[in-house]
Amino acid sequence: MTHADPVRLYRTVRLIRRFEERAIDLVRAGEIVGGIHPYLGQEGIAAGVCAALRDEDLVTGTHRGHGHVLAKGADPARMLAELCGRVTGLNRGRGGSMHAADFGVGVLGANAIVGAAGAILTGAVWARRRRGDDVVGATFFGDGAVNEGMLLEAFNLAALWRVPVLFVCENNGYATTMPVAGAVAGSIAGRAAAFGMPAAAVDGQDPEAVRDVTAAAVARMRAGGGPELVEAHTYRFDAHHTFEHQVRLDYRPPEEVAAGRARDPVDIQGARLPAPVRAEVDAAVEAELAAAVDFALAGPHPDPATALDHLYASGRTARTGGG
Amino acid sequence: MPRLSYRRALTRALADEMTRDGSVFLLGEDIRVAAANVTSGLLKRFGPERILDTPLSEQAFTSFATGAALAGARPVIEFQIPSLLFLVFEQIVNHAHKFPLMTGGQCAVPVTYLVPGSGSRTGWAGQHSDHPYSLFAHAGVTTVVPATPADAYGLLVSAIRCDDPVVVFAPAGAMEVRADVDAFDPVPLGRGVVRRSGSDVTVVAVGHLVHDALAVAEELAGQASVEVFDPRTVYPFDWDGLLASVARTGRLVVVDDANRSCGIAGEIIATVVERFRLAAPPRRVTRPDGAVLPFAPALDRAVQPGRDQLTAAIHLCLKDGS
Repeated sequence: MTHADPVRLYRTVRLIRRFEERAIDLVRAGEIVGGIHPYLGQEGIAAGVCAALRDEDLVTGTHRGHGHVLAKGADPARMLAELCGRVTGLNRGRGGSMHAADFGVGVLGANAIVGAAGAILTGAVWARRRRGDDVVGATFFGDGAVNEGMLLEAFNLAALWRVPVLFVCENNGYATTMPVAGAVAGSIAGRAAAFGMPAAAVDGQDPEAVRDVTAAAVARMRAGGGPELVEAHTYRFDAHHTFEHQVRLDYRPPEEVAAGRARDPVDIQGARLPAPVRAEVDAAVEAELAAAVDFALAGPHPDPATALDHLYASGRTARTGGG
Repeated sequence: MPRLSYRRALTRALADEMTRDGSVFLLGEDIRVAAANVTSGLLKRFGPERILDTPLSEQAFTSFATGAALAGARPVIEFQIPSLLFLVFEQIVNHAHKFPLMTGGQCAVPVTYLVPGSGSRTGWAGQHSDHPYSLFAHAGVTTVVPATPADAYGLLVSAIRCDDPVVVFAPAGAMEVRADVDAFDPVPLGRGVVRRSGSDVTVVAVGHLVHDALAVAEELAGQASVEVFDPRTVYPFDWDGLLASVARTGRLVVVDDANRSCGIAGEIIATVVERFRLAAPPRRVTRPDGAVLPFAPALDRAVQPGRDQLTAAIHLCLKDGS
């Protein structure tokens, strides 16, 4: 899906934005249980990175993962059905917000354990290339993950074995409520340097800047280079998780939030389009999401008798828990 | 008929599966030089592309294998030390095991985790002597503990061919067992075997303890007819096979090299008594609750299930209810 088209890039950030807003509505309506980690404000990163990838390339996302799944090309209707726990969802209602996956478009899953996906993606890309497939990968993680040992181990493995994985750090300033300054000794880029990995910083609010820095890294990786790191500076516009809509946590000063929200990736990219084109895209996104909501809510709920389906890929069944 | 050691049976299973299936590869620490003497000769035969020496990054290389499996490979990881499984429990249970269900059946994770020399190796003390197969059974990860060379071969082959993650515990206490092996066949996962027929009591023994149970059964031959059931796979357990045995004997003793609380022995007893009215209360011989193996050999032995304890448990079980 690699492309340089500003309209498509805008369409992706707008789609993610409106998807998340519709999803929050559905959380409030009780149609999405367990809440979500909204990707609002960070859309430019998923959109920019995935615009520089091909369909066959692989990605992993995070607990705040809707944007990654959508930007890589998953169907928003099936994604929304997944969030609503319906059998028509990407994961047949078995994964939900934090585990949405679409192997058909190279999304090896959002992953809800911080820092866990980097090694998984490294192994997947390594295995595909060993088979002769010309694929690269991008694994998204937040600033909190840079203090997880297993991610740093993954940096080492990928660099040591020169596996072309782009480590994309979405630095939104906070690991839940913990500010980066209170958690990260040294620097994020410095971690890459320690493993001999090139690192670039980019304005994560500018989708085209993210796309360009990714495209350059991907070109080097396809030419035989090893892994690289991109630190995308961004700001989370909404809650860490929708539970914050009920419970106010005092960790971001209002003026900081206002300044962060002033740099909106949707507006930044939208301003690059003629107004009528932007309006046309907006209308198309609204229509697509209206249909997606209808599709999601029309999907059947899973039969409780199927709760253990897919537990074993070998097809074995497990004992049930009843007396 | 070739006489084969348990250790070489593992080597042969790895070599045969790598020959049969190009998607199989091995990774682990010091496996190119075969520090655990299991991967001997494989580097020369299959090359460094398929025999990967890893840095000491157990969490990353365990999840690396998960990713490779998601992309169609069949990795086999060798762990030098059984206690390393505690370090990668998260990677196996929370990722490899959960991916098929969480993705709604979009993927399989066919990874084999091979632990040569699990349990006590005598003198390796607290952090190298665990036998955590019950933990994986609890988590629902397919777990095998072969007792014999033929089963070491056949269960490792089946583990590699299985589309799910499988943990293979090769107990230190069984690694030097040698036996005549008349056929190199896969052994089905989830199927136990009666090692010795008897009519008075069924002894379920796991892994190397099968050999202890057979020795005890022989010692008691004049006094009691002891049936020895080797589950081979502790998860999923062969309940039908065990219940058929207990239906013949009416009595049950379990010997299990796991800590007592929530060990597989407890599960075996619970399941049998849920489904069958035994003639006497069942007994189990296990490690103590919360066991940490102390260093000194006498202390190490003192916390492992022993033949004397098993003999005593059998006597008690036979006395009760009669």
